[in-house]
Order: sequence, then structure tokens, then C-alpha cells
Amino acid sequence: MKKSAIGARIIKDRLFTGIIFAFSAALIIPLIMILSHILQKGASSITPAFLTHLPAPVGEAGGGIYNAIIGTLYLVGLASLLSVPIGMATGIYMSENKNSKLSYFVRICVEVLQGTPSIVVGIITYLWVVKPMGHFSVLAGGIALGIMMLPVIIRSTEETLNLIPHSLKEASLALGVPYYRTILKVIVPSAFSGILTGILLGVARVAGETAPLLFTAFGNPFINYNILKPMASLPLMIFTYATSPYEEWHNYAWGASLVLIGFILALSLITKGVTRR
Amino acid sequence: MKESVLEVKEFDFYIGKNQILNKIDLTFSRKQVTAIMGPSGCGKTSLIRCINRMHELVQDTKVEGQIRFYGKNIFEMDPILLRRKIGMVFQRPNPFPTMSIFENVIAGYRLNGIKLKKADQNRIVEESLKKAALWEEVKDGLHRKGTFLSGGQQQRLCIARALAMNPRVLLLDEPTSALDPKATDHIEELIVELKKTVTIVLVTHNIAQASRISDFTAFLYIGELIEYGSTQKMFTVPEDKRTEEYLTGKFG
Ligand SMILES: Nc1ncnc2c1ncn2[C@@H]1O[C@H](COP(=O)(O)OP(=O)(O)OP(=O)(O)O)[C@@H](O)[C@H]1O
Ligand SMILES: [Mg+2]
Repeated sequence: MKKSAIGARIIKDRLFTGIIFAFSAALIIPLIMILSHILQKGASSITPAFLTHLPAPVGEAGGGIYNAIIGTLYLVGLASLLSVPIGMATGIYMSENKNSKLSYFVRICVEVLQGTPSIVVGIITYLWVVKPMGHFSVLAGGIALGIMMLPVIIRSTEETLNLIPHSLKEASLALGVPYYRTILKVIVPSAFSGILTGILLGVARVAGETAPLLFTAFGNPFINYNILKPMASLPLMIFTYATSPYEEWHNYAWGASLVLIGFILALSLITKGVTRR
Repeated sequence: MKESVLEVKEFDFYIGKNQILNKIDLTFSRKQVTAIMGPSGCGKTSLIRCINRMHELVQDTKVEGQIRFYGKNIFEMDPILLRRKIGMVFQRPNPFPTMSIFENVIAGYRLNGIKLKKADQNRIVEESLKKAALWEEVKDGLHRKGTFLSGGQQQRLCIARALAMNPRVLLLDEPTSALDPKATDHIEELIVELKKTVTIVLVTHNIAQASRISDFTAFLYIGELIEYGSTQKMFTVPEDKRTEEYLTGKFG
């Protein structure tokens, strides 16, 4: 009687493990299919010239996505520059003042912002930045992406700081270190890897965003370093090329997709490396 | 009695509506070890945290009465300067995990933005680690992380970190409760050695420890000071019945 009960339990256990395994495997299959498809279609486009040349006009052979690569780096860099200081400061405030009314309010805002569709962020930025300025710009794109990065950075900063033991703060204050120095020199460095992970996750999240850039950075067939002028980006270029009627441009779109995925993959690997330390 | 460093006068402490300490009167003598004993929850930690104003980290606290440090009311002093003169070592060793042994010892200066010459830094680190009886064990690996040390070594590192600021008073909150007997012996020897230069306030649950190394003992019970006097006298002829019961292990 008892033996058979245990037997049944073992079978149930195995069954359960089997089901979990099957689902995980089922998840991996489409992922591998997507990656291999992009690799197949895109790999042939990727040549040194493709990475270092500007797009060629329709009908002309050659050309590349140099402007889009630089544009994405530019936009993501600008977005980080805007969102990292604000996001970290907010996260620090929320972790230090868990029960304040402001924290409660900000926490709700962060949740709403995280759930806001990216196209809405794009339209809002259009109304607030592009319209008053009268034209599309890198700045507007950076702001749109920065807004999208904010919730990720705020959350990861707050959550990492919450894990730092209170005893460290006490140790520092007991040495006569002022509060703000304790936060900046003891608490934040101890949470460094977690905060950096949040930043990298935020970057990975926005690097592939297309919708908010449609109304902000817009696109540009040339290279542009002026922050007040429009600029190309990888996702936008993929969108334009993929929806064009030209076979050759489709191949470029695949190539650009591969570059973008490679960039995000590299970021994820760096994030993993940082967290392991 | 010797010259007094700290005087606690009619001191009350509240957290929210709860009165934690009630009319405490105590005097800590210079370069002596004063043990603070009492059952769990009687307010020992609260008392020593008030002495360097660490209680201000807890929300909604209130103090009444006075604590005087060399005659000056500590609540009128800058808490930051006060804490540099009154060092504290916690129950659980808490070295800074991002810093090496060297950086941990010198942390009080670096974190405060006090610039020191390299030679001065080396001297302070060596002296402090020697005072904390840790130098011989770590001198060849000063740039390893402080968190790689054993628990007892970490606690001595925390003592060295506090000593580096050259405090007048050292507050120790059950510094050996997380340590094994051997590490405990080490810290006890160290405390006896340290009292040549600093005034020590030692919270302990360990009755034998108090009798071994303290000169004076204060016995607290539910927020009140029941008895205070020379350790020798209190351990041989306690005046209050509750002290006697505590010392003979009837409660605690
Ligand atoms: N942060 C706090 N908030 C509310 N009450 C507190 C807080 N810290 C301590 N207390 C209360 O103050 C009283 C004294 O606590 P304290 O930590 O000083 O005791 P203790 O004598 O050090 O005890 P132990 O020997 O267990 O360390 C206790 O009743 C405790 O509940
Ligand atoms: Mg305590």
C-alpha cells in the first residue's frame, strides 16, 4: 500500500519534470528558428563595406548601414546619458524613503510608464520636443528612448539597493561619514553590478525600438552628428528596407537585423558577465 | 574613580510611544572598560547607540536628559564629528565588501574625503592593524578583499577601522557573540590591551567575559539601571536581588 503510493508519487514527479522539460524545449525551438533564419538571410550581406559605407541610392550596387549603426549608438548613448542619472537618483530616493508618499506615487508612475506602449512615448515626445523645435532630431529620439529606459533603471537601482545590508550603512555612518557620502561612496558602489545590469537591460530594451523613433529621430540617409538634426538608426532602417519593393534592400534589412541582434546579444552577455562577478 | 569621559544624566529614550530607557545615570571613566549587561531587550544596544547618536537613524525617536562627552552635551555637537571621536563596533562584523583590507582600515579618512599622504596612510593602517592584533595575519595580503577573512579576523578588522580614526571612546556591541571561543579569547585580550589608550564600553551577554575584562559593570533591567559599580564588587556582593539572580543565571 505504502510502496505503491510512493511509486505513484515518483511517477507524478517524473511526469511533471518531463512536462517542464518539454515546454522549455518548445520555447527554444522557435527561438533557434528565428536566429538561424536571420543568420541565413543576413550573413551574406555582412561585409566590411556593408558596415562602413553609407546606403547607396536605389539601383546602385553596394552601400551599407554605417549611418544606422552610428545613429543607434548615438541615440542609445544619449538616452543613457539622460536616463541613467535621473533613474539612479530616483531609485536611490525610493530605496532610502520606502514609505514616503512620493515613493508610493513614483512607484505607480514607474509601473504605468513600463506598461506604456512605445508608440505612445513616441507621439508624446513628438508633441513635446519635435513640434516646438519644428523638426525631427537626435535629441528627440534620445529623449524618447530615455523615457523608455527610465523605469528599467529606476526599478533595478531600487531593488539592488534594497538588497544591500543595513549594516554597511551603519558602518559608514558610525565612522562619522556624512549621509550623502555614505550613499555615494559605500551604498552605490556595493550595488554597482546590479545597477549596471539594469542600465544594460535598459539599453538592450530600447536599442531595437522602432515606433518611438518614427516620430522623433526620423531617419537620415547620411551621417549626422548634429544633435538637433535627424539621424538614422538600425530599427528604422530595417523598417524602411523591409517594406521597400526592392529585393536587394530586403537583403540589407536582414543584414541590419543581424547586426542589431548581435549588438543586443553582446549586451546580454556583458550583463551576464557583470552579474557573475 | 578616575576622570570621567562620558556622563549620562537622567537619560530617557523613546522609540515612538515606547519608553526604552528610563532615567539612566552613568559615568564612564577614562581608559577603563565598562561592561553593560542585562537580559535581552533591556536596552543595552539602545543605550550605546545613543552615545554616538546612531539612534537617529531610527525614525521617530526622542531623547530626554543629557549625555556629556568631556563636559559637552552631545546633542549640541555635530553628530559627524562626535562619531569620529566615539567609534563603534557592531555585533556582526561588517567590513565594506567592495574594499580591500587596507582600504577598509583607512575608510574613515577616504570616505570623509580627508586626503592623506601615502606614507601616512601606510602608517595609520599598520598601527591600527597592530592595535587590533591583526597585523601579523594580514600584512602580506593587505590588498585582498576584507570579506575573505574569517569572522574573528573580520571583527578585528572592524575594530582596526574604528581605531584608525583615533577615537577617545570605543563602543563595542556584543563584539564576540558571533565568534568561536578562540576568536573570542583573541578579542578579549585585545580589549584589555586597548584600554591603555581608549575608554571602552562593552555590551555583553557573557557574564564570564564581563568579569574577566571589565573594570566597571552596569546592570540594566527593562530600561532601568539597577546597579552600577566596580565589577569586582558587583560580582562578589551584588546589592540588588535582580543583579544577583542575573549573575547566577536565574534569568537572562
Ligand atoms: N528600531 C526599533 N524600533 C522599535 N523598537 C525597537 C527598535 N530597536 C529596539 N527596539 C526596542 O527597544 C528595546 C530595547 O532594545 P535593545 O536592542 O536596546 O535591547 P538589547 O538590550 O540590546 O537586547 P539584546 O541583548 O537582545 O541585543 C526592545 O524592547 C526593542 O523591542
Ligand atoms: Mg543588543
